[in-house]
Amino acid sequence: MAAETLVPEEIASFTVTLIIRRFNPEVDDEPHWEDFDVQLYPTDRVLDALHKIKWEQDGSLSFRRSCAHGICGSDAMRINGRNRLACKTLIKDLDITKPVYVEAIKGLPLEKDLIVDMEPFFESFRAVQPFLVSQQAPKDGKERIQTVAQRERFDDTTKCILCAACTSSCPVFWTDGQYFGPAAIVNAHRFIFDSRDDNAAVRLDILNDKEGVWRCRTTFNCTEACPRGIQVTQAISEVKQAMVRGLK
Amino acid sequence: MTSTIDTPRSPYSRSPQRRGVNWEKWGWIYMRASGVVLVVLIFGHLFVNLMVGKGVSALDFAFVAGKLANPFWQTWDLLMLWLALIHGGNGMRTLVNDYATQRLTRGILKSAILAAVVILIVLGTLVVFTFDPCPAGSPADLLPSFCSAN
Repeated sequence: MAAETLVPEEIASFTVTLIIRRFNPEVDDEPHWEDFDVQLYPTDRVLDALHKIKWEQDGSLSFRRSCAHGICGSDAMRINGRNRLACKTLIKDLDITKPVYVEAIKGLPLEKDLIVDMEPFFESFRAVQPFLVSQQAPKDGKERIQTVAQRERFDDTTKCILCAACTSSCPVFWTDGQYFGPAAIVNAHRFIFDSRDDNAAVRLDILNDKEGVWRCRTTFNCTEACPRGIQVTQAISEVKQAMVRGLK
Repeated sequence: MTSTIDTPRSPYSRSPQRRGVNWEKWGWIYMRASGVVLVVLIFGHLFVNLMVGKGVSALDFAFVAGKLANPFWQTWDLLMLWLALIHGGNGMRTLVNDYATQRLTRGILKSAILAAVVILIVLGTLVVFTFDPCPAGSPADLLPSFCSAN
């Protein structure tokens, strides 16, 4: 075999310009946009681009990421005006003839660069009691049995990873930040429609509020933003329906 | 030096739930129900006024007077008036709740909306029920045909 055939073909790379909204609370009064040129492969993700910038160009760039594989939900950010997980957004899916704009998710207090204070988001999440509440002990001290259909009923909303992409894409949440937001309602839905749970009425009561489900305008921004493909707007509508007609 | 950016959240916070009638829920249901009825009423209104017969060129005092003398159209117009104004007023109220963060601004804007809705409903209702299709001393060719019978 000839030696040259063993040389693997070089994979084409290209230069991508990222324009990142930076904010350093110790220096800046206002956030500002800063651009970086990065050499990337088509298989790279926006997160890889951010890593390259942080490791090779500017170590002060701050962002959250934990698993880097779309499970932990740490790196939700606004990429070209849409809420996405940086670790699930491939560079080849973006228009790289133009710069890629990256900024922190909106509607939550900005702390530094791409990091926001998630506390208000989690506060709403906690408010809907996102845990199983059961009044009876399971039969024979074993697990609580559920049919396939009963499990299927809330399957979609079990997928939530609490990345806040939905809530921070919701125009109603942007207005005053008091709306519970899609993520909290999705996580309430997960237990409201769980046959093993006994606290559905309490959760419905919490969300049947001025800042609850009635503020939803069915804009579908949340459904579009969800990196897990949850039908968020549908889940919210099902919760509304349960309030109007009662749980079946 | 450390600077902080204003939090995007408004200064007021979620108030504890009050008991009693849940206006947000009924408001939401009203918007859906009235919306469906209004689609029929408004498109029916437009069709009858602009498409049927000679169409828009048939619109004159006699046409309107004729309609308002008919109990069917009186009911139709009255329903349309009430449903549409409350629907629109409630929609505007929602926008004010979204975008006006100060208590005073909210109060002023919502009172203005309420006043506009109430005044228009009262005036409109008055017209529907007290309209005189045959004002005395008007030329007969401008009045509905049933006026000359008297």
